[in-house]
Amino acid sequence: MSLSLDEVRHIAKLARIELADGEAEATQSKLNGIFGLIEEMQAVNTDGVEPMSHPQELAQRLREDAVTESNRRNTFQNVAPQTEAGLYLVPKVIE
Amino acid sequence: MIDSSLKDIAAALRDRKVSAVELATESLARIEARNPKVNAFVTVDREGALTAARAADQRIAAGTAGPLTGIPLAHKDVFCTEGVRTTCGSKMLANFVSPYDAHVVTLLRQAGAVMVGKTNMDEFAMGSSNENSHFGPTRNPWHTDTVPGGSSGGSAAAVAARLVPIATGTDTGGSIRQPASLCGITGIKPTYGTVSRYGMIAYASSLDQGGAFGYSAEDCALLLSAMSGHDPRDSTSLERDTEDYSAALDKPLAGLRVGLPTEFFAAGMSDDVRAAVDAAIAEYRKLGATTVEVSLPNARLAIPAYYVIAPAEASSNLSRFDGVRYGHRAADYSDLNDMYCKSRAQGFGDEVKRRILVGTYVLSHGYYDAYYIKAQKLRRLIANDFQAAFQKCDVIASPVSPSVAFGIGEKSGDPVQMYLSDIYTIAVNLAGLPALSHPAGFGSGDLPVGLQLIGNYFGEARLLNAAHQFQQVTDWHARVPAGF
Repeated sequence: MSLSLDEVRHIAKLARIELADGEAEATQSKLNGIFGLIEEMQAVNTDGVEPMSHPQELAQRLREDAVTESNRRNTFQNVAPQTEAGLYLVPKVIE
Repeated sequence: MIDSSLKDIAAALRDRKVSAVELATESLARIEARNPKVNAFVTVDREGALTAARAADQRIAAGTAGPLTGIPLAHKDVFCTEGVRTTCGSKMLANFVSPYDAHVVTLLRQAGAVMVGKTNMDEFAMGSSNENSHFGPTRNPWHTDTVPGGSSGGSAAAVAARLVPIATGTDTGGSIRQPASLCGITGIKPTYGTVSRYGMIAYASSLDQGGAFGYSAEDCALLLSAMSGHDPRDSTSLERDTEDYSAALDKPLAGLRVGLPTEFFAAGMSDDVRAAVDAAIAEYRKLGATTVEVSLPNARLAIPAYYVIAPAEASSNLSRFDGVRYGHRAADYSDLNDMYCKSRAQGFGDEVKRRILVGTYVLSHGYYDAYYIKAQKLRRLIANDFQAAFQKCDVIASPVSPSVAFGIGEKSGDPVQMYLSDIYTIAVNLAGLPALSHPAGFGSGDLPVGLQLIGNYFGEARLLNAAHQFQQVTDWHARVPAGF
């Protein structure tokens, strides 16, 4: 398979990564190289094989439904690009 | 003193021949003098190190020291450290100071180890050469025009250059073993779930696993013992008792069955690597081990399967970097979506972007079964191959890397060539098995060659025992690069 330029632009849009004009072609050629490698998978018959999502097939643990964390809003907001009055600031979303 | 084994350093501390402050000062002085040659450190924490060293000296005086108390150590910059910048090798996190410590960092702090700084790495642990760092490539101390391997290349180079005796790393597709091999030191990745991923910045969560670098298997055993153990804050952390990986180091190897995978000894490995690997295996036979041929027929599919699973998980994990709560935010943007797109375009490097794009595609509507599920089925076949092999052997031996360290710039233009350099290490991560790399000799350009030993689940102690016995009769691990 190989990705078209439009597909590359579409994936970049889904991934929220801006692709500058002229960057799309170079990205397309590198991605198609990678997909060429990945395509080797398709030649193998995997009928009836159970997918393995995780090396140790364990059930998720349950914990008490109790508050274990303290409020550290100031600490966490110290590393934010922009905050005001305890809120994260982003461009206006709803007019 | 920091060229010595951990055992000897601990004895010297106990006997007051040296203090933890003196050791930290020695490490910091070496970093200052030698780091410009290798670029192994992104951040040096002089004040923090000296404070921790003074506390270690008090513990030693009080008689409450453990085997790592007062030992200088470096953390790969993927581990969050409260109050000290954690960059993950990325512009995205170039100014990020974590509000909390990774579990590994907490454990090693409690053990009294003295963190001197954070080491360079491929951005978000994506790479095999350390060239994908926002902070410039790390250089291999054996030849500074060559790569140290990646993604934990800074940690491996820091230990190889004798800047610190031990360092932490992470291994998602070979990122501890390959740099250990290329830098001529010992490095181990334990069974998936042994080391907590809490505070370890996620790349591919079902593959990422922390581990240890040191001069020897004996030193790695001490570090790994201290950094392992159940942590309820990591949902994939195994509920097992902590293990003393040093306990069985002295066991003789008579009767050890070493499996040699046919597929890993076929074409693909360079002649110098083959010669060193063959000689190391002969040495194991002299130690009483027997060898048996085993087969891993699906291992050739490990790279394709990995480059679906890892990017898929990465695209999901790295969606958190949106310029809102932490990390880089673009200076100019038109609206919220534009802010995301520009912040991510500016904050991520090329390889990280490529993997996010591959992951986004394979997870997108209509392609999930053809790629992600298919890769997970191959993952099962690969894991089954190992279980069949371990019916016939106790450990598997193989090369780590098809060649010695390659030149800086040699493969950086071609992602596929770079990916193929992990051909012997990736299958282990897909199966979640423990594996180590130990020095096995030298190849072309007098560059180190490592041997990989792969164990079955929870076989870390056996791997370290085998490598330790090998290191009792060889001195490859004791060689130090000229000028370091």
